[in-house]
Order: sequence, then structure tokens, then C-alpha cells
Amino acid sequence: MPRIDPEFTAYPLAELAAAARQRATELGAQHADFRAERIRAQQIGLSDGHLETMFDADDLGLAVRVVLDGTWGFAASVDLTAASAVRAAEEAVQVARVAAAINSEPIELADEPGYGEVSWLSSYQVDPFEVDAADKAALLTDWSAGLLADQRIGHVDASLYQVRECKFYADGATSALQQRVRLHPVVTAIAVEPSGRFETMRTLAPPAGRGLEYLGGSPWAGGQGSWDFPAELAQLPELLAEKLAAPSVQPGRYDLVVDPSNLWLTIHESIGHATELDRALGYEAAYAGTSFATVDKLGHLRYGSPLMHVTGDRTDEHGLATIGYDDEGVATQSWDLITGGVLTGYQLDRRMARMQGFGRSNGCAFADSPAHMPIQRMANVSLQPAEGGPSTQELIAGVEHGIYVLGDKSWSIDMQRYNFQFTGQRFYQIAHGRLSGQLKDVAYQATTTDFWNSMEAVGGPQSYVLGGAFNCGKGQPGQVAPVSHGCPAALMRGVRILNTVAEGS
Amino acid sequence: MTAPREPAAPQEIVARALAAARCDDCVVIADETSSANLRWAGNTLTTNGISRSRQLTVIAISRSAEGTRAGVVSRAGVRDDQVGDVVQAAEQAATQGPPADDAQPLPAPAGPDTAGPAGGPVWDDPVDRTEIGIFGAFSAALGGAFDAAGSAGQRLYGFAQHSVTSTFLGTSSGLRLRHTQPAGTVEINAKSADLARSAWTGQGTRDFSDVNVSVLHADLSRRLDWASRRVDLPAGRYQTLLPPAAAADLLIYLYWSAGAKDALDGRTAFSKPGGGTRIGDRLSGLPLTLRSDPAAAGLGCARFVLAHASSRESSVFDNGLALRPTEWISGGNLAALIQTRHTAALSGLPVTPTIGNLILDGGGTATLDDMIARTGRGLLLTCLWYIREVDPQTLLLTGLTRDGIYLIENGEVTAAVNNFRFNESPVGMLARTSEAGLTGPALSREWGDYFSRTAMPPLRVDGFNMSSVSPAS
Repeated sequence: MPRIDPEFTAYPLAELAAAARQRATELGAQHADFRAERIRAQQIGLSDGHLETMFDADDLGLAVRVVLDGTWGFAASVDLTAASAVRAAEEAVQVARVAAAINSEPIELADEPGYGEVSWLSSYQVDPFEVDAADKAALLTDWSAGLLADQRIGHVDASLYQVRECKFYADGATSALQQRVRLHPVVTAIAVEPSGRFETMRTLAPPAGRGLEYLGGSPWAGGQGSWDFPAELAQLPELLAEKLAAPSVQPGRYDLVVDPSNLWLTIHESIGHATELDRALGYEAAYAGTSFATVDKLGHLRYGSPLMHVTGDRTDEHGLATIGYDDEGVATQSWDLITGGVLTGYQLDRRMARMQGFGRSNGCAFADSPAHMPIQRMANVSLQPAEGGPSTQELIAGVEHGIYVLGDKSWSIDMQRYNFQFTGQRFYQIAHGRLSGQLKDVAYQATTTDFWNSMEAVGGPQSYVLGGAFNCGKGQPGQVAPVSHGCPAALMRGVRILNTVAEGS
Repeated sequence: MTAPREPAAPQEIVARALAAARCDDCVVIADETSSANLRWAGNTLTTNGISRSRQLTVIAISRSAEGTRAGVVSRAGVRDDQVGDVVQAAEQAATQGPPADDAQPLPAPAGPDTAGPAGGPVWDDPVDRTEIGIFGAFSAALGGAFDAAGSAGQRLYGFAQHSVTSTFLGTSSGLRLRHTQPAGTVEINAKSADLARSAWTGQGTRDFSDVNVSVLHADLSRRLDWASRRVDLPAGRYQTLLPPAAAADLLIYLYWSAGAKDALDGRTAFSKPGGGTRIGDRLSGLPLTLRSDPAAAGLGCARFVLAHASSRESSVFDNGLALRPTEWISGGNLAALIQTRHTAALSGLPVTPTIGNLILDGGGTATLDDMIARTGRGLLLTCLWYIREVDPQTLLLTGLTRDGIYLIENGEVTAAVNNFRFNESPVGMLARTSEAGLTGPALSREWGDYFSRTAMPPLRVDGFNMSSVSPAS
């Protein structure tokens, strides 16, 4: 049975929190919260079946965040001792005093009920850190060998990244002990022609908030939601050979049927980041950027077609952003961001929720490490399927001249979230409602609102897939966050397609 | 509560870990980092913080007839009584895993070339640290800039960070090497009150003593003035001047893509059709040199290999190997690729591991202003953003212009221009570079967080591909 890491709970977490909060209060802090974390990660990487990377990382530490006379102060330490907790409290107060001279916006936090002592454990069956690395490496070796046995495959990269994150948070009203597990298995096949031309093809299996039971075909596989790796790997050689031999795309405007394996990343970049309130308010202006979806447009910005219903949540059972309580003690929720194609919500933390008069925070504060201050990070942002909506095949059948896009690859978007460009793993030509072979060298480029307003059909629940990433970057100092995005397939009309070879020549 | 007790010094931790090891060979790396940061937006502070971290990495190596295995365990905040646990975890991992492809003997104690600069800390000296006080003079000057910006109808955004990492490397082959890396950056973004005009500047620094806020602010004000006139231009190929920061944005990516293993596998722009690498190929008609040098003035970095994990471009077996000045591009020709000893053996080329700085030099003497004055019509960039690889075959990259792109007409900057999405390869770009100016320190906007030690010249590139207009400002 899954359980919270006993090595983490063996630390006197509540005592450390009490010591730190008491010291901060003595020194005049009006608010003090305490966080301790242990984050274990293991990366196993194989190149052509040979071990290339295997390492275990184990991050441990505590942090104290205070508000002193309206200014933040934050300090972190790696030693989980009372002396260290007290020192971090003193340092956080000292940082707030130094910073007060250049702070002109008093910090106030939105109210949140206190939940007392609570705990939360993510939904998984097999903890990856309770299985020998050798057994996991052996699975990757088998996968690699199977692909390398095919003459059409030149090289194979196979990797498995696993994380187990334990958090303890206390602010006097809530004391939350939580643990979640996630993993990202990836296999990439490469084929090289004698001419030097090469192509790659990667598995579409998304990263997931699951344990090793996710690895279909492995000794730990089981249950609903297990990804069928044997089936996906068996298809890769033929798919890759077809891609290598495929015609190069003619640039122009095409209708696109976008598979969930590609669309999740477009949602992430053009909706997820654009509806982060800190960006809309300009706090990320010098780095991650701002958003065209500013607060004055809330309730009337026509983001996309009326079919568009986008939600934010930190509650989806296997979502990578899912947790019980955020890093400010806010119980996590689900809410609308875009309703009927109109901007209706933002992702919040307690400070911004109060400042903008949104009432309660929706629980998007997150720090990626005990050494970092929480900032507003992305919830699982998902495009809801149309009840009774079409299957992917039915969407394709509605296209006369178009392209079906699968899998994410290259991505880029501007700092206000207008202009984006994406590539993918596979592109199929659609002619008269049918697929007619792969194309290569394809990228699609659009402006966010043009793209979403061109969405003519949203697939039904049968095509819905939860995609996502481990490595969403934001903030200074830089922080990475895991996040999921669910969506069905969708049909966009008249999207600009580039030929990437022509672009580079 | 027990009395506060400082953990053992990292030198002691390295010694204890090596003493506890029962495996055939062992590498121990102890890192101690302290850091401080300030972040501001709209002329006021937003977040801040200080942190200290301590990380112990143990690489246990087990050698047998079936092969050499390495177990790598890296753990933060290890208590003194847990050092043996980390060693045991690494040893257990070494017995479990498959053989390591990159196995080599550990480097023997090296000559004086891995020692730090004269006067620098020696092995037994205490650990260097930074603290929030590093920003004392800087934050006072920044407060003055906030006031001045407020009066001038500007808003300032930005970030300043400083860190000191002391790394101690010990091996069972007898190496005891220490490296202290101070690293800092400051970035300031100025916007007009309506947010329609935006300018950016950034600087790498080792200790903030060389950061002059009023000079940086004056440069930003000049750029905002340039933007008082705005011209819309269509997508297309333009003669473009890249200031050093934008050159760094593209050339750091080229450097990171210059791994020998991937080139040998036929998977990069540096692969030779039919097999092998493109070393020796001409990449630029100009006599450009792209190089790294651990002792480069103002850009100093580790003089020996520090590899916390093996990857395609690094090997834990190479820890402690001396790093020597390396030319990646020499006289316009591709001269070296990133190698471990393992990949060097595969390729038959010299061992040229990755180094933590990058310098492009074409021998030019022109400043950016000189190059503007000699431009009939062209674009001037500030920096590039959201750079991602589109096609590894050609190293085609995409991304955006950001925070100031200007039109040059008859030797003068005459207006700001709409932003563009570009699709360009740094490899293809070098072939179309017609001028490289005077090399100086540069901070990459895109990668400066991870790679802050660069020196670049301003570049003149013909036919830079602005693929589409971005409405962002």
C-alpha cells in the first residue's frame, strides 16, 4: 500500500514549524509560514541499449516565508533541525527589512479557512522508489533491443524519469503533510539514411501522476490507465520509415485535425500561461512575459469559438499539478478559465487574489524546491470534450484538404502569448476525408485568438487524453513545475503551415 | 532542544565518504552553495530570498570481468551521521545497474594546471559564502532608479541574483580539487507607462562591484527614446545587427548542440553524411574563433571536469580531468566537438570536454554604434527569446525578437519595429555573417540563467529570416 515516506515523517516537522513561526512572530512578522520538503528523483537513460545515465537525487530542506510590515521575506536551509529553522526565520525577517526600502506595494493575503492537521497522498499503486533500479533499467534495455533488432532503426534512446515529492506546510491554521509520485517514460527511435538525412520518432505516452503500474508490458503494469508500451513500440519502426520516405509539405493554409498528443502543448502555451494572473498583471514582464488576456478583458474577451470550454484544476486524479493543498495552505479546486469561448477566469495565489478582489485563491501557489519561494504556477488546464462530440475519425472525415497532427516536438510562443509555432511527431495528409500518408518538415504557426476562433469542432470524450510535461519553466530564480493538460482532438480551419526546410535554407 | 551545531566542513565530508567506500573506485563531490536574489516589477520589489544548500554526490565504481558499473547518488542536506548511508546507496546502485558504457580509469592526480588562480582558496580554506548584503549598494542605486523612472513615466522590472558555489572533488585515485564559482546576473527591463515601448539590458557579474545601475538605466532610456517613433514592417529576410547578447543567445545553443556522440551517430548539423563528423568544414567566411577557456579574464570557471552524472556530453569517470583552452571553431572552420574520454576514443579525436564559458572572436574592432553608423538599411535587435530547436538536421531554431527591435536607416536608428518570429540556424547564420565587431562581455537573455559567462562581438548577418510578425510588445 502506498504510504508517505517514513524517512520524511521521522523528522520533527511540526516542532520545526512551531519553532520557526514563533521566532518570526517574536521578531515582528505579521505572517509566517513554514515548509519542509523531501524530493527524490531518479533518472535512468539508455543509448542504443547501453546505460548512459543513472543517478539518484535526494533534495531536502526547509523554508520560512514571512510578511513583515507589508514586505515579503524568504529564507531557506538544508538542515532539518530546530536551530536551522529558527535561523531561517531570523534570516527571512532580515531579508524583509532589507527589501522594505524598495517595496511600495503592501503584501496582503486572501483569507483561507484553516484545515487543521491534514494529509494527502496522490493516486498510484507502485512507488517507483521501492523498486530496484536494475529492474527498471532492464525494462528499458528490453524496449531498446526490440527496436534495434529492426534493420530500419539506427539508434534508440530510452529513459525513465521518476519523482516522489513530499511536502509539509504549516501556517498556524493548516498543517498539511502530502506526497505525490510521477513518472515520464520516453523512447525515441532514430533512422539515418546514407545521404545523411535523418528523422526521429518518439513515443506519445504522456508523463503521468501515476506509479510504475503505468508501464504497460512491465512486471508492475496494472489497472486502468496503464499505457500499452509494447503496442506503441511495435509500431515505431514502420512509422519512422514512412516518415523518412514521406514527401516534404507544401507550405500554405490547411485545415488541421489536432490530436490530443499535440494539442495539450498548444493549450499549455496559448491558454495555460496566458491565464496566469501574475503574467496578466506584469509580474513576469521582464522574464516569462505578460499576457494579452489582461484583467480589463475578463468576461468579454472572445478567446475562441463558442465550443471552447477550458477549465483549471489541481484535482484531476492523475494530473501532474494535482495536490490536496497548495504551498500557501489553500485547498485545491476546479474552475472555469474560458466559458463558451469567453475569458472567465485566472489562476491565482493568495496575494493576487486579495489585490485584485477575486476573493479566495484557487490554489495555484507552488515552489519547486524547499530553496525557492512559492509563486503562482500552472494548474492542470484542460479543454473539455463536447458531450456526444465526434471521434477523431469523424473529425478527419469532415476535412477535404488538411493535415492530421500527432505528438509534440518543437514549441515556441511570444512573451504576450500571441504568436506561436509548433511541430509534431507525425503529420498525415488528409485528402477528401481520409488519411493519405505522412508528410514531413511540417510546422504550424498562428496567433492564439485566430487559432482558437478557427476551431470548428471539438471531439467527444472518447478522444480525451491527459497530456503534460515535467519541465514547465517560470520565475526568477528559475523554477520548473509539472503540469497536465487534458483535451480531445479538435478541428481548426485554415491554419498556416510552414516547410521547416524552406525556412532554414 | 540541542545546542546549534554546524555540520562538518565539506572537506571533512569528502574524506569521510572516501574512507567509508568499499567499492573498487570512488568519486566524491561536495557542493556548498549560498545565494541571494531580488526581483522587482513596476518600480517595486516583488520577491526576494536567500538560501544555502549542501549537496553530496557519491559515484561508486565496481569493476569486474563482466564490466564496470557506476552507482551515482546525489543527496542534499546530508547530516554528518548519514555520509556512510549515501556511500552505501551508491555502492548498492553500482551492484544493481548494467555496465556503464563510458567506463574509464579515474584520472590520476594532475599537474598544477588544475589548481586555482594564485591567491585563490586552497583545499583546506573555509567555504566562501554570499549573503543579502551583496546587494547593499546595488539596491540603494536601484531605489534611486525606481524614483527616476517614476518621474520619467517609466516602469522598471527585473532581477538580480548572486551565488557562490564551492565544490570539493575527491577521488580514490588521490585527486583533491577545489573550485569556487561566484556567479551573478542583473537584468533590467524598462517600459513606458502604457507598456507599448520596452527595452532590456543585462550584465553578468562576479560580485556586483562592477554593476552601475545609472549607466544601465541611461542605456534603457536611450532605447525607449528610439522607440518614440514606431514603424510596422512585414516578415522577410533582413540585414540584421545582433548585439553581443543576441549573438550569445544563438551561439550558446550551437555550443550545447556540439556533442561529439550525437554527431558521430549522424544526428546533428555537425554529422558528416555517410558517417563521422564535420570537423574541418568551413562554417564562416570570416576568421571567427569560438572558444572556451577556464582562465578567461572575468569569465573564469572550473579548470577541471565536474560531472555529477553521466550523459551524452559528460562522464562521471572524467571527474577531475584538467580542462584546457579549446577552440570549437577556429579561423571559421569547425575544430572540435564536446568529448568525453569515451567519445574521444570512439571518434579518434582529442579529449575536449565541455567548459563553463564561451567566447566568440573575429578580431574586429568596431563597436555596435560604429556598425550602426555603417548600415544603410537594416534591423537592430536587443535580444532573442523562447528559442527552441525546429530541425536538428540544420540546427534550425525558432524564437522571437523581444524588448526592442529597431530600424536603421542611413547610419542611424530611426524607429522601433514590430516584433518578429524568426526561423534561423546559428550554423547557417555564421555563413551569412559579414562582419563581427569588438568582442566584449555579454549576457544571453535566453540562457543567461544557466550560462552567464560569455563574451561576444556584435554581428552583422545578411538575410536573417524573420518568418512572421508577432503582435507582442
